Amino acid sequence: MSCRVTVRIQSEPFDTADEMAAISGGDSDVGAVVTFSGLCRDEAGTLHALEIEHYPGMAEAEIGRIADAAAKRWPVTALTVIHRHGKIGIGEQIVLVVAASRHRHAAFSAAEFMMDFLKSRAPFWKKEHRSDGTEGSWVDAKEADERALSRWDRD
Amino acid sequence: MKLVYFAWVRERIGVAEEDVTPPAGVATVRELLEWLKTRGEEYAEALKYPEAIRVAINQEHVRHDERIAGAREIGLFPPMTGG
Repeated sequence: MSCRVTVRIQSEPFDTADEMAAISGGDSDVGAVVTFSGLCRDEAGTLHALEIEHYPGMAEAEIGRIADAAAKRWPVTALTVIHRHGKIGIGEQIVLVVAASRHRHAAFSAAEFMMDFLKSRAPFWKKEHRSDGTEGSWVDAKEADERALSRWDRD
Repeated sequence: MKLVYFAWVRERIGVAEEDVTPPAGVATVRELLEWLKTRGEEYAEALKYPEAIRVAINQEHVRHDERIAGAREIGLFPPMTGG
């Protein structure tokens, strides 16, 4: 079964409703659409923005590889991933994953799988902009994110 | 070959990319990192803990025992924090 994969890396905001409509529009066999949005938190008021750096070219390619792996594993009709870069304010969306399938299980699982791999394998890095104006640091990778990948292991 | 650096690796080395010609005998990613550390204080600082550095050859993730022969572009960067 072929899966339509759309990957966009952009600095501009995106509209979740537009992306949901685009992924299911015109395909009467889509019965389930799952969306995940990742937002910029203020970490108890200490941050006023995040700066997101990425590896142009590789970011698109790696997310494409993750989407292809998800499409091999579950019968999904279409997958869309949008990841922003540049300066992102508190409450703004950073990343969007949309998965469409005939039945809900495939869409739920594919969306979660893609987010888990995206966090530790897609070449993006977050730098903090602090509310008090002091120099922010690069966000550390979490071991829990790395561990999350092992639950998708299988023979 | 072209080396490209990201996030704190880029900041500590002080350039975003450069062309280098490693000496003969530098065959793997691990050996490339060790050689780069000898190129100056900023490299030694950026690559102080080489096992923490993630590496991509021609924009695909590789392990440190991967051979670098034929690489057009090698990316060095910290663990990723996207999403």
